Amino acid sequence: MSNTFPADSVGLVVPKTHHFHEPLPLDSGRELPEYQLVYETYGELNQDRSNAILVCHALSGDHHAAGYHSPTDRKPGWWESCIGPGKPIDTNRFFVVSLNNIGGCSGSTGPASINPRTGERYGPDFPIVTVADWVRSQARLADVLGIDCWAAVVGGSLGAMQCLQWAIDYPDRVRHALLIATAPKLSAQNIAFNEVARQAILSDPDFHDGRYLEHGTVPRRGLALARMLGHITYLSDDAMRAKFGREPRGTAGKLSFSFDIDFEVESYLRYQGQSFVERFDANTYLLMTKALDYFDPAAKHNHDLSAALAHVQARFLVVSFTSDWRFAPSRSREIVRALLDGDKDVTYAEIDAPHGHDAFLLPIPAYLDVLQAYLEQVAEEVGA
Amino acid sequence: MSELRADLAIISEWIEPGSRVLDLGCGDGALLKYLQEERGVSGYGLEIDPANVVACIRNGVDVIQTDLDAGLNDFDPDSFDYVVMTHTLQAVSYPHRLISEMLRIGRQGIVTFPNFGYWRVRLQLALKGRMPMSGALPHKWYDTPNIRLCTLRDFEALCRQQGIRILERRVLDHAHHEQAFSRLLPNLLGEIAMYRFERAA
Repeated sequence: MSNTFPADSVGLVVPKTHHFHEPLPLDSGRELPEYQLVYETYGELNQDRSNAILVCHALSGDHHAAGYHSPTDRKPGWWESCIGPGKPIDTNRFFVVSLNNIGGCSGSTGPASINPRTGERYGPDFPIVTVADWVRSQARLADVLGIDCWAAVVGGSLGAMQCLQWAIDYPDRVRHALLIATAPKLSAQNIAFNEVARQAILSDPDFHDGRYLEHGTVPRRGLALARMLGHITYLSDDAMRAKFGREPRGTAGKLSFSFDIDFEVESYLRYQGQSFVERFDANTYLLMTKALDYFDPAAKHNHDLSAALAHVQARFLVVSFTSDWRFAPSRSREIVRALLDGDKDVTYAEIDAPHGHDAFLLPIPAYLDVLQAYLEQVAEEVGA
Repeated sequence: MSELRADLAIISEWIEPGSRVLDLGCGDGALLKYLQEERGVSGYGLEIDPANVVACIRNGVDVIQTDLDAGLNDFDPDSFDYVVMTHTLQAVSYPHRLISEMLRIGRQGIVTFPNFGYWRVRLQLALKGRMPMSGALPHKWYDTPNIRLCTLRDFEALCRQQGIRILERRVLDHAHHEQAFSRLLPNLLGEIAMYRFERAA
């Protein structure tokens, strides 16, 4: 197998599943009577159990962060650029845990799972989950794995919000929190984009009030539209110009004078939308966007983020990207400022990158240098 | 001490153990690392250059990547004992604003800068009629980052104007050594100026 995969990849990985029989209380006041989490691990847990890193996924991610599920896989996990032997999240030194969050559609309990109380799929009845709910479920997984304290919790975008929540809710279980391309809460503009995405799904005639699977269909158009919209916000104007410009699609550069595809960017977005439908669930998309909208750890503290962070013990690395307009550097600086207010340990890097929000997933040398330098310090500290 | 640049060694003597320090333009974080390890100091460095940010991380120094010209609004009044700025004053757009910001967020300020009143500098302009270059000022006029050069007298005049009391002054040569004779005529014989100052309440 060793010659099938790149040397700096974790190679073949097999997802694991843990079933939790104890109910999970949720912020909504509801609970999940029982649930399962699907997760992957890379590297070895050391004897002190001090070298564990939790990787939290973003909106459309899942537990498959690195490596391959089969030798014929076309693509590795979603954060292959960052996780592997010798990479910033160095699997020679760290034990990496990556899970699919509750409400997801990659194996953890979600809307397509069977509700044990009814014997039917949850569908639209799946409770709205929050970032804090996820973190609560992740803490239980840590218990199962025998990890009292993470060397680091790491995530980008919605994943970073989970890391921030971890540092707040479990201050003595997080040594370092690495927050990449994120915000302490969504802006009205962020929520507006999410609402349009949700409306695209909700108004698709194939949505059937969330019971589409029972109708033997999926709201393809709605989910694809939601993804197309999302993709626009993940790229910067410059990145789109560089990638597509106004390149015409086919027909020797002639305009079609119809509503068919004329430009490359249209073709790209349609492809992104359609391929997303094949792998993602519409009810999950609705839930994930709500978790984003509801995230606001300062709300409980009179909207004072410094107060929300008053008891964190973790040291922080906050990273933003200059061209990210979905979660702009100024949003990361709100977090940095709140940490400075409390004299917390924080390092902030603003990476000069043209790619927009997507940058956090890309192998940008200046970005990986920062992660690598920081995580090497972490490794030294925990004896990894 | 031998590994620390002489001007940084003097600064570290000026700083009381256990205090909180903000280092503006902290470079690779050498000063803060030294202060953390040897004097139990805590604090942050501010730095704009990506390679220096990585170097700070490797030095175990908390660094915030930022442009000093964008101001220090992220910091609350009186949140540091010392705000330090070595060899950076002459490279920012508004030195006078930054100095007053230093004393807004810190109890005391410490700066070092190349003295434009140094005799060799004066001679180059006076005799050759060319923009001066020296060990402390190694750049050509068109590509120098040093856009706000001043002399000791200029700096002290600014302090008087801004109601700042100077607590200590030293002058060094460009290798950061202290020469006894330069104390006689510091504005003429000092190549690098070092000041510690506070608000004249």
